[in-house]
Amino acid sequence: MKNSLEREIPDGKKPFISPTSYAERIYHSLPETRHDGNPVFLDDLDDAFKALDIKPGMTISFHHHLRNGDHVLNKVAHLIEKHDLHDINLAPSSVFPEYDLVPVIEQGRINDIYTSYLNGPVAQAIQKGFLKGNLIMQTHGGRARSIEEGELKIDVAFLACPSVDRQGNGSGAFGKSACGALGYGISDLYRAKKVVLVTDNVVDKLEKYQFDHRFVDYVVKIDSIGNPEGIVSGTTRITRDPIGLKIARDTSFLLERLNVLKNGVSLQTGAGGTSLAVMDQIGKRMAELNIKGNILSGGITSYHVKMLEAGLFKNIYDVQCFDLEAVRSFRENAGHIGISASEYANPFHKDAIVDKLDAVILGATEIDLDFNVNVTTNSFGSIIGGSGGHADTAHGAKVTIITSPLARARIPLIKEKVTTVTTPGEDIDILITERGIAVNPRRKDLLDKLTGTGLPVYDIEELMNLAHKICGKPMEIKKSSEKIGYVEYRDGTVIDSLYRLR
Amino acid sequence: MIRSLLFVPGNNPGMIQSADVFGADGVIFDLEDSVHIYEKDNARMLVKSFLRNHPIHPAKIVIRVNSVDSPFFSADLEAVVGDEIDYVLLPKARISDIKMLTEKLETIEKEKKLKKQIAIMPLIESAVSLVETEGIAEFPRVSALMFGAEDFTADMGITRTKQGKELAYPRAKIAVACHAYGVQAIDTPFTDVDDEDGLFRDASEAASLGFAGKAAIHPRQIEIINRVFSPSDDNIIWAKRIFEAKKEADQKGHGVFSLDGKMVDKPVISRAETIREKAIACKKWDDGFEK
Repeated sequence: MKNSLEREIPDGKKPFISPTSYAERIYHSLPETRHDGNPVFLDDLDDAFKALDIKPGMTISFHHHLRNGDHVLNKVAHLIEKHDLHDINLAPSSVFPEYDLVPVIEQGRINDIYTSYLNGPVAQAIQKGFLKGNLIMQTHGGRARSIEEGELKIDVAFLACPSVDRQGNGSGAFGKSACGALGYGISDLYRAKKVVLVTDNVVDKLEKYQFDHRFVDYVVKIDSIGNPEGIVSGTTRITRDPIGLKIARDTSFLLERLNVLKNGVSLQTGAGGTSLAVMDQIGKRMAELNIKGNILSGGITSYHVKMLEAGLFKNIYDVQCFDLEAVRSFRENAGHIGISASEYANPFHKDAIVDKLDAVILGATEIDLDFNVNVTTNSFGSIIGGSGGHADTAHGAKVTIITSPLARARIPLIKEKVTTVTTPGEDIDILITERGIAVNPRRKDLLDKLTGTGLPVYDIEELMNLAHKICGKPMEIKKSSEKIGYVEYRDGTVIDSLYRLR
Repeated sequence: MIRSLLFVPGNNPGMIQSADVFGADGVIFDLEDSVHIYEKDNARMLVKSFLRNHPIHPAKIVIRVNSVDSPFFSADLEAVVGDEIDYVLLPKARISDIKMLTEKLETIEKEKKLKKQIAIMPLIESAVSLVETEGIAEFPRVSALMFGAEDFTADMGITRTKQGKELAYPRAKIAVACHAYGVQAIDTPFTDVDDEDGLFRDASEAASLGFAGKAAIHPRQIEIINRVFSPSDDNIIWAKRIFEAKKEADQKGHGVFSLDGKMVDKPVISRAETIREKAIACKKWDDGFEK
């Protein structure tokens, strides 16, 4: 079975039609699952596990705010093994290399895994065929939507929480494992049948919190929910790579020429070195031109905080903090506002932040002649990431820009067809590489604005041919025919399949 | 016109193949100081291979070979001289070295049947080179001189400062000699790549003395260097107004005329012509903005 992008998808799944087709259907959000408001406090995660009566067929969810330092997911995985459970579905909002899920996957205990980002040993185990069910890669907004719609039914959410007060309210802003915003756990908090907050810091009272006790069943205090070194990096750094810096300068110049950089502008960039360089350039130009922006969103770093504190933007809307400065700002700045993944990117959320963005600057592993973007697999088909908010912001923002070197280690960025579609080309407007810029022919308005600016604008095929001239054309890698899962677009339709590695 | 020349170590394949994308007017593939003695043959082979095989080259290619008194000089020349390159940058240049290099180039050009003559860019980086500057600049193959402040200050036993007062005399001497013999003066690199304001001040100082361009040791320095050594938008507007006023004066038969209350005579017109020439070379003349 094929979808509208001519990608093979598993039989019986809803095929992707277009980025806007979801608007034609009616959204049925399940009511929030309030509990009795008196969470039970426990000292042992195993006691909670027993009390919850976790059985085969159940779905357990997690957020990924403790990133590579997360102890909570690992402890739950060990309990699945200890209690000899099988047929468990997992729904972590992302999976990091340090997550200790390989044993339970290899032992055949895990059925489906729903996530928005995945790499490392867990990805490798899944692509070797050890997962009993499917790997379902969702977008951040798509995950929130599927939980709210009841498509992804969560039986138990184990939500790591750096501080919990005696009433059972939880915050990520305080404590030895502080990670800042907890936006990716909020849909789970509101819709899971049972919610367990796992903390290493119980305080008398939290004045400000994101997790409301009325939705919490258990609070479990353990010695440590995470390793601080893995939770947030101490600093996030602008790239020093000259190619990345050139791309950043060109991106800032292009935004200026498109008249995007003006008072009230709302922007999002990633947290990678080149994205931060773009943000730095934009910040400098905004200061020079005395421009005051409105919203900065996405994963937040010290560079975003610097811009907020310099008065260049009115607010940061934060789903996830990436460094210690961002955590501090989340705690201290009134203009630094924590939001849920649904408020950030749910396609059916009427006031979603992604829909307010004037521009988003994103990366790509591959882009094809139809501007489809892959950030899920590499050119060999190995899973190295996932959408996260890629497809959500690409659709929401008025201008979506992909920045990337034209080739990485002799592998050209532009392909005739991407290995895996993460984000449909219809939502991608401009590609910026160090050797030239390509504008999606669907955006003639942008192309017209760039004419005569001196920016080197080419047809995307010309850029691909230029890369082939420099690197040669890589041999085509044949995919295995055995599907191990699929990629969902934000509306829940299937945009592509994922394959076992040969 | 060369405003900016980017130094790229000859043994760094990543930098070599992307050296053309940063907007420098030319690139110096370095076989000398940035290449360790163990890597000399490696760098030479890599640059040679890039020149012969890579489909995209920088606008101007300069090769800094090892000095005449090094054991690598001849091998460097034999490997890299070809129609692909524009200049040989000769370190620690003296008059006798330029003579030897000229002869070597003539021989190689004949042997390889090159379609063009390779120009020489001597590097003035010692007291004795500076003393010989005029003699060096008058060689027919010399079409630009570069000042090397690090080696020059080391040779003089003085400290190089960011303010660069110690460089005022050598810079002025080189600029005057270059102007006298119609060759371009290229200034020494500014070595603190994180100090953009310092680079701007340093480049502006060289420009004010008559240098036409400056070497860069990091791609992020190029934008500032190009800006400093290009005519400013204000200068271009002024030059255009001078030409308009001159046209009007010519029609009226006036030899001398005034603009904004200031007399415009031959030297002023000549200055406007220089601005126009530079602006055309920088593709800024038509609309005042660099394309």
